[in-house]
Amino acid sequence: MSGIPYLTLVTFLPILGMIIVLLIKSEKIQLIRITAAIVTFLQIVIAALMWSKFNFSAAGINDQSSFQFVEKVRWIEIKNLADWIGTVKIDYFLGVDGLSMPMVLLTALISFLGVLASWNISKGIKGYFALYLLLDTGMMGSFVALDFFLFYVFWELMLLPMYFLIGIWGGPRKEYAAIKFFIYTLFGSVFMLLVMLGLYFSTYEILPDGSKVYTFNMLQMMNPVNYSKEGLLSPFNPNNLRFIAYIFLFIGFAIKVPMFPFHTWLPDAHVEAPTPISVILAGILLKLGTYGMMRISFPIFPEITNQLAYWIAVFGMINIVYGALCAMAQKDFKSLIAYSSISHMGYVLLGMASLTTQGMMGALFQMFNHGTITAMLFMIVGVIYDRAHTRGVNDFGGLALQMPVYTGITTVAFFASLGLPGLSGFISEAFVFLGAFSNETIRILAIISTLGILLTAAYMLWTMQRIYFGKLNPRWENLPDVNKLELAALSPLAVVVILFGIYPSPMLNLMNTSVNKLVEIVVNGQVTFSNLSALIK
Amino acid sequence: MNENILIQLSILNIILPLFGFVLLIFFGKRLPKSHLFEISTIFVGLVSSSIVSFFKLNYFEDKLIVFDFRWIDFGNVPFFGNLGINIGIQLDNVSVIMQLTVFIVSFVVHLFSIKYMEGDPRYSRYFAYLGLFTFSMLGIVLTHNFLMMYIFWELVGLSSYLLIGFWFEKKSASDAAKKAFIVNRIGDVGFFLGILILYANYHTFTFSEIFGQIAQGNLPFNSGAWLTAAGILIFCGAIGKSAQFPLHVWLPDAMEGPTPVSALIHAATMVAAGVYLVARIFVMLTADAMLVIASIGAITAFISATIAITQTDIKRVLAYSTVSQLGYMIMSLGVGSYFFAFLHLITHAFFKAGLFLGSGSVIHAMHHEQDIRFMGGLRKKLPITYYTFLIYTLAIAGIPFTSGFLSKDGILGGTLAFAKLTGYWFFPVVGFFVAMLTAFYMFRLVILTFHGEARDIHKFEHAHESPATMLIPLISLAVLSVFIFFSPNPFNIEAGWFYKWIETPKTIVPQELAFSFMINESNTSHNIIHSELYTETLHHSHSTAMILSLIMAGLGILFAFVIYQWRLISADKLSIKLQPLYNFSYNKWYFDELYSKTAVAFTLGLSNFLAWFDQKVIDGIVNGTATITRWTSFSSGKFDNRVVDGLVNWTAYVTGFFGMVFRKFQTGKVQTYLVMVLTGIIILFFIFKSL
Repeated sequence: MSGIPYLTLVTFLPILGMIIVLLIKSEKIQLIRITAAIVTFLQIVIAALMWSKFNFSAAGINDQSSFQFVEKVRWIEIKNLADWIGTVKIDYFLGVDGLSMPMVLLTALISFLGVLASWNISKGIKGYFALYLLLDTGMMGSFVALDFFLFYVFWELMLLPMYFLIGIWGGPRKEYAAIKFFIYTLFGSVFMLLVMLGLYFSTYEILPDGSKVYTFNMLQMMNPVNYSKEGLLSPFNPNNLRFIAYIFLFIGFAIKVPMFPFHTWLPDAHVEAPTPISVILAGILLKLGTYGMMRISFPIFPEITNQLAYWIAVFGMINIVYGALCAMAQKDFKSLIAYSSISHMGYVLLGMASLTTQGMMGALFQMFNHGTITAMLFMIVGVIYDRAHTRGVNDFGGLALQMPVYTGITTVAFFASLGLPGLSGFISEAFVFLGAFSNETIRILAIISTLGILLTAAYMLWTMQRIYFGKLNPRWENLPDVNKLELAALSPLAVVVILFGIYPSPMLNLMNTSVNKLVEIVVNGQVTFSNLSALIK
Repeated sequence: MNENILIQLSILNIILPLFGFVLLIFFGKRLPKSHLFEISTIFVGLVSSSIVSFFKLNYFEDKLIVFDFRWIDFGNVPFFGNLGINIGIQLDNVSVIMQLTVFIVSFVVHLFSIKYMEGDPRYSRYFAYLGLFTFSMLGIVLTHNFLMMYIFWELVGLSSYLLIGFWFEKKSASDAAKKAFIVNRIGDVGFFLGILILYANYHTFTFSEIFGQIAQGNLPFNSGAWLTAAGILIFCGAIGKSAQFPLHVWLPDAMEGPTPVSALIHAATMVAAGVYLVARIFVMLTADAMLVIASIGAITAFISATIAITQTDIKRVLAYSTVSQLGYMIMSLGVGSYFFAFLHLITHAFFKAGLFLGSGSVIHAMHHEQDIRFMGGLRKKLPITYYTFLIYTLAIAGIPFTSGFLSKDGILGGTLAFAKLTGYWFFPVVGFFVAMLTAFYMFRLVILTFHGEARDIHKFEHAHESPATMLIPLISLAVLSVFIFFSPNPFNIEAGWFYKWIETPKTIVPQELAFSFMINESNTSHNIIHSELYTETLHHSHSTAMILSLIMAGLGILFAFVIYQWRLISADKLSIKLQPLYNFSYNKWYFDELYSKTAVAFTLGLSNFLAWFDQKVIDGIVNGTATITRWTSFSSGKFDNRVVDGLVNWTAYVTGFFGMVFRKFQTGKVQTYLVMVLTGIIILFFIFKSL
């Protein structure tokens, strides 16, 4: 490890910010806000620096040497804890590759804009920003951790601040929503914990002195050589439980995505959460589910991924169509956007399950695009809710006359969401379909999923019509247009959406080497992993 | 003038209107007269595209000029090698002529709009949208690949949406905009699936590469059926955009937009994009696909013509006539008559734009009255509008010396030749019948609008001829509707330059999948790509078609005069006599009602049901699980409290009880203890003794 520890900086800067915020007197509201803004902005600067130094041809995935900005030190070491455990060694192991780098950029961007959107939070500002920054660290850490244990720690670290941010700063049913979110996610985490321990006790790492210890290192888990002969999740063990473990792990991630039928926490959480928290939730948190699948499930269990890809695609399809149909029936603007999120995350699942470069790249890019587009959409809901104190889709009408700038930005976001070419959402969705259609087994699912394109257009334009078009409802004659701060939060996203819609290569080139490697690992893994138990006999 | 300059000019042409759009969106309200900037970009484009066309057609006549660059790189894809997506533009004769046409119509419409839209609160926004449209349309025209085609395809959909809903305060306008976009999306989904079939097989979007592969016999998924499917699915895009049956319902509603927009987008250019698309994929159409395409075109032409004869809104009559004419073009492509379809696309673009601008002039004069029942006699008030309108009407009816005669006659001849060779007589029968209907409803429109007596005296009194900026476009388009621009011989297109430049491309479909007449066995001369037999049959059919089509048009005009001008037959009585037919036509065959009661109702019902299902069942299970957990923990708490803890307490109680009992024995008196000990010994003594 040499040079500047970029990843530690980008991950723990918010914690530093949190400490500063806690030290500031709670009356100094403006200072607290500005501190949070500066800290998150610095995060963007660091992320951008990393982007500029990023080596586009290094693949990462299962090879430590081609990961970038790697930091690896011994974090926890307990000698001979018990006979059956042996020595516990856990690494502080961070690194990025083409899968995580886009997510790091997304997290930095959305976290900063989320602070701007938090400007008019009025109660408990100190506590709010402290928790917000803690959440930021949790998310960033999850994206850069390469040690399963560390990943788990960051993963759980997100839960607590999120619980309080919804539960204290939320809407009328905030307690219900917060508890539901917390328990649901924790339920998933338990599954993940089981699998993590199972993998731990099946994988060895060979230390420099030649001794073998169990390891939490994800990269070691991707290489069949490192598995013990008798481990429960070892491919060498003819009676291994890898299939069940895969499903457990998958459920853990699927809840976060959220995948049908584990999605019902999302509309509640969104509707009750304050605007910036919805932005964070939809913009970043959901991506952790699909990121986890790509980072952990796919390369560690490639043979089972191949086996179950069809079913992942089925659920992707259900998410797309079901989410869109549910969105169409919503009367609350925010829950409409929440369901549209479910629908759009379905594309990610479908793309991943195609096990092709185009599909996988589409999925990863869709994660980024959904992050920016949905963040915009939730901010848009926030703007109108702050002014009108209602979110009923049918309560409005004619806002285009009253708030032209706001309407213009909404048009960009809505059309991006419905996949209009020229805006970023189109490219990722098109890639997802290119990939899914190329894979013969899921071709029919891809065809059915195209219904989603149609339904999204229908409910988005219908919403557009009901809120913005028609005669102005006299109730809203005094609504002011977006203010400078709101514009500052919305316009960078609009720029990103348009820019990557026209020229996506800066982002796609970041991904393609890693995605190609991942596809290769997963597709070849069918052979390398599944023949092992036969080999040992 | 070399090829690079032509390419650069064309790229400039595409970007200029976009620049106008961006500028007007951000600064339109702040800069005075900003619309003039946008108009001048169109004017520059018009000049530059004329230059491009001139040099391309004269100096690079048979050359395909391509500009291509890698837009997206997939890197080294496992099992495939290096893949990526290229985008770019291509200049061939078709695309440069189309480019010029777009600029001509766009420019005259801009010119017309200056006065027409005057005083609108969103004046600069209007011109911005026109710029966006022109940009997107040029993208469709010049692209060399399917992906870009699809991208710009949807972008024209967006500009159409924005312009139809331009007066979004009106519910009907925002309804129409939404309907247009969604209905188009239905077609686009098919288009997209068609592209997916091609991409999944060839890993490229570029026309020439895909066609090259097919020409080598490399069929999608190795099957002719998939090739047919790809053709039909891509054609679905055209069904949407060119308003073909069964997706034609959006176009008449699109008339909610400003009238110049109807002229530019919903008559001349965008709706013709579907025809252009089919022309682009013409070479890969199998016989089955062509038959489907021809049938859709014929059905559309027929349905919309029958609707047009009873409509009373001037713009709606024109809208249905547009649908009908687009049906003609599509049918023409389906029967293999590529050249005439493209010719009709161009001639129709001019005269239909003229008809719409003419109707705009009328509507402007009549203070936004659009119902022809309240017009009449306007010939005197609006002479220039009237005469130009008459020229367009003659053109659309297919009367000699107009451009429309050349193209329409060719289309009808094509259907005749096709029928002779394949036995599908349906197409010429429909074609000629529609020709009569067209002449009838167009003259009905002219007579009711301009002839006879004024029916709304008040509005008539105030009517006045439009200003020059509106009349110049009308006159220019009227001039362009004369035969001379297409051929020096008013009865034979083959004498003209157009015929020289537009070459029907050779089919690349394997022989067994194509119509036999599409295959040129001798492979010899320029412009003959079909079989000898076809060429011969077509020549014979032409004279027949010419005579027949004149008779039909004459009959149509005659009926129109009999009923509406001379009133020999009362239109009202006729409509009562044919009540069911009249209602059927007047209500547009009840398509809207059918769709809203089936597809729309089903989707909304399903979505409401699923939302209910989601909340009550799926979330119900989640909440139910929570409730069960709570109940279980509550009861286990009770169990713990009562049973487990009860057992513990009971043990304690029992112990305590015995303790209480036994305590009594502990009196502390030695005598009592002695007595007890003695009693015990005596009892034990007796017990042991009895053993």
